[in-house]
Amino acid sequence: MEVGQMQRRLVDYTKSLSMEGFLDGQFLLLQQLQDESNPDFVVEVVSLFFGDSDKLLNDLTMVLDQPNVDFKKVDALVHQLKGSSSSIGAQRVKNACIAFRNYCEEQNIEACLRCLQQVNQEYCVVKNKLETLFRLEQQIVGAGGSIPMMEMGF
Amino acid sequence: MAQSNKEKSTKITALVVDDDMINRTIHHRLLDNLGIENEVVGNGKEAVDVHCSGKNFDLILMDKDMPIMNGIEATRKLREMGIRSLIAGVSSRSTEQEIQEFMEAGLDDYLEKPLTMSKLVTIIRKIDSNG
Repeated sequence: MEVGQMQRRLVDYTKSLSMEGFLDGQFLLLQQLQDESNPDFVVEVVSLFFGDSDKLLNDLTMVLDQPNVDFKKVDALVHQLKGSSSSIGAQRVKNACIAFRNYCEEQNIEACLRCLQQVNQEYCVVKNKLETLFRLEQQIVGAGGSIPMMEMGF
Repeated sequence: MAQSNKEKSTKITALVVDDDMINRTIHHRLLDNLGIENEVVGNGKEAVDVHCSGKNFDLILMDKDMPIMNGIEATRKLREMGIRSLIAGVSSRSTEQEIQEFMEAGLDDYLEKPLTMSKLVTIIRKIDSNG
């Protein structure tokens, strides 16, 4: 596949992630902050997000598995995950966290467990999508091309 | 206009105070992108310590919820020390009462996360106009 085709595929894929609600404008901001002096900025920040999220989701599983669930702790963990997903533009993960926090407030264990499942699912999906996006970028760079700038219509 | 603003902006210094590494990384880069020299620390105590070491900044971006010393305590402490920097509180928790408590600690402004370029530019214009 020639570079121009790869670039079009990347642009279309990125736009689809926005239209389907996986990523919001905050992700575009991260892309705009990437330049020749910081060529791996987006990958670095998203990698931090992956690392944080893996730990937070593990911690949430453990805390919700306790006989006496500490809902304050659950809320604090979900708040962190909401914050980091919001910071990188992972909109669906953020929205799932917002719903999760409502059930923490109600101290509804069954609903919290369902929310955890939902958050896990949304996280897995966006992680796969982002890894695909980064692979497409690597293919372009590997073929000697450059990553096209995304537009505000994102 | 962009070039003259950038030249002017290079004289502004900032301190990012946030316990979350993702936010520190993004805010550091946002400020870099605006030509603002900046440092990052991980909690309120480190923010106080860096001022005790003799450093001073035009702008402090202060997260609210941090371990060891939170943003409210750190803001209060910095004001008691006579620090007159523009301190902008940054948080994603936003009940009115919490914002009020944060403001009363000595903030000049409050910004909701996530920070964007336009939110930062609004704050930086305040520094420029106070000049």
